[in-house]
Amino acid sequence: MGNKTPLYDAHVKHDAKIVDFGGWDMPLHYGSQIEEHHEVRRSAGMFDVSHMTVLELRGDRVTDFLRKLLANDVARLKDKGKALYSCMLNENGGVIDDLIVYYMDDDWFRMVVNAATHDKDVAWITKQAQAFSVTVDEPEGLAMIAVQGPEARDKAHQVIDKALAEKATSLKRFHAVTDGETFVGRTGYTGEDGYEIILPASKAVNLWEALYNAGVRPCGLGARDTLRLEAGMNLYGTDMDEEISPLEAGLAWTVAWEPTDRDFIGRNAIEQQRGQNGTRKLVGLILEGKGVLRNHQKVFVNGNEGEITSGSFSPTLGKAIAFARIPKDETQQCEVEMRGKRVLAQIVKPPFVRDGKACI
Amino acid sequence: MSNVPADLKYTKSHEWIQDLGDGTVNIGITDHAQTLLGDLVFVELPEVDSEVSAGDECAVVESVKAASDVYSPLSGTVIAVNEVLADTPETINQDAYGDGWLIKLKLSDANELTDLLDANAYEEVAAEDH
Repeated sequence: MGNKTPLYDAHVKHDAKIVDFGGWDMPLHYGSQIEEHHEVRRSAGMFDVSHMTVLELRGDRVTDFLRKLLANDVARLKDKGKALYSCMLNENGGVIDDLIVYYMDDDWFRMVVNAATHDKDVAWITKQAQAFSVTVDEPEGLAMIAVQGPEARDKAHQVIDKALAEKATSLKRFHAVTDGETFVGRTGYTGEDGYEIILPASKAVNLWEALYNAGVRPCGLGARDTLRLEAGMNLYGTDMDEEISPLEAGLAWTVAWEPTDRDFIGRNAIEQQRGQNGTRKLVGLILEGKGVLRNHQKVFVNGNEGEITSGSFSPTLGKAIAFARIPKDETQQCEVEMRGKRVLAQIVKPPFVRDGKACI
Repeated sequence: MSNVPADLKYTKSHEWIQDLGDGTVNIGITDHAQTLLGDLVFVELPEVDSEVSAGDECAVVESVKAASDVYSPLSGTVIAVNEVLADTPETINQDAYGDGWLIKLKLSDANELTDLLDANAYEEVAAEDH
C-alpha cells in the first residue's frame, strides 16, 4: 500500500481504478479515461494532484536564490501571485525537475514540484538555499485539486467561498490569489483554462464533492497524461531527466538567457550546448495509420535513430501522437518501429491541441 | 469481479466463445480482458474467408494502455468480422459479450470445443491474474 491523498476515499467511492504512481495510490480512471479526456476538452473535469509537493521558500534573498536555482528568471515576475514555469538544472545542465513557482511577496515564493522527485528536490533546494539564508518549508496537511476545462472556472466559482470567487473571476492566466487558507492558481496541465486549488486537507473532500455536484467529472492520471501530451507539455522522468538538458527536451523557451550575467546553475553547460547548436531535439509525431505510439519505440530519421519519449492515443485527434527525441534534421517525416514493423509518422511542432481545438 | 456468463466457453488467454450449435461460433474478448486493457482505440480483424488454426493470432486489440494479440481458440474459416469496431472500438468496453464480438468462425473441427474452459474454470483463471 502506498501513500494516500486526503481524497483517496472519495476516489474509491467514485469507482476509481487505483494504481501506484511514484509511491502514491492514485486514480488511473473512474471507468473510461477517454470519456474523462473529452469532458475536460468540452466541459470540466477535476484531478486530485495532492501527491505533488508544495514548498514555501522564505527569506530576504529569496529572489537572488531562485535566480541562481532556476533556468527561468523569477525577476520576470512583477505582479504578486504571478506564476513561472521553470526547469531546475544540475551543474551539467541536466533537468533535476520541472516546477512552477509563484511570487507571493518580496521575501516569499511558493513552489510546486513533482511527487516522484520529492526527496531529491527537497535535498537539492535545501542545500542550495543555505548560501542565501532562505528557509525551505514543506507545509503539511494540504490537498491540491486541479479543475480544468472551458467550464471549469464557472463551475468552481459556484462552489468556492464567495469572496474568493470574486477575486478568482478577475484572475489573469498564470496568476494566483489567496483567500484565507485557500490558494487558487489559474494554471494547469491540460491545455485548457482552469484552476489549481491548494487548500487544507480537511476541506478537500467537501470541495471535491461540491465540484462533482456542480457537474465537474472526476478524472484520473490516464486522462491527465493524454491531455498534457496533446497540450505539448512535458512529463518529468519520461520526456526529460538529469541526463537531458532543456534544449534537448523542447524547453529552450523556458530558459532565460538574458541578462547574460545571471549565473544560474547549469548555465555554463547549456551555453556550450547552445553554441554547438546541439544534436538532438524533441518533436511531436502523428501517426496517420492505425496503432498507438508507445514510449521507447525506435524512431528513424534519414537513417539516424531516435526514440519516442511519450507516446499515446489522442482522443481529440483520433490518432496516435507522441513526443520523440530525434537527431536534428529538417525532414517532416520519420519511421517508427511498432510491433516489428516500420510505419510512417509525420513530424510536427507541439502542441497538438489547445483550448479544445486541434492545432496541427 | 468481472462478468463471466455461464453459457459461454473461454480460454486462458481471455477469449470467449459462443457455440451457435450449427458448426459456427462467435468469438470475442472477455469483460475481464477489456477491463485490464482499458479504453480500446483500435481493433485489427482478419479477412473474411481467411483460414485460422487454433492458437493462431487472429486479431489485435489496442487500448490506450497496450496492444494485445487475440488468439483464435478454434480452427476454421472466418465467415464474418464485426465491422462496427473499426469506427467504435469502445463497443468492446461497453458490451464485451454482445455487440463487442470480434469474429464469427465456421469450425473445421467441432471436437476442439471440448478443449475450452467453462465459466467456473475461467473465473479461476481471471482471479489468478487479477
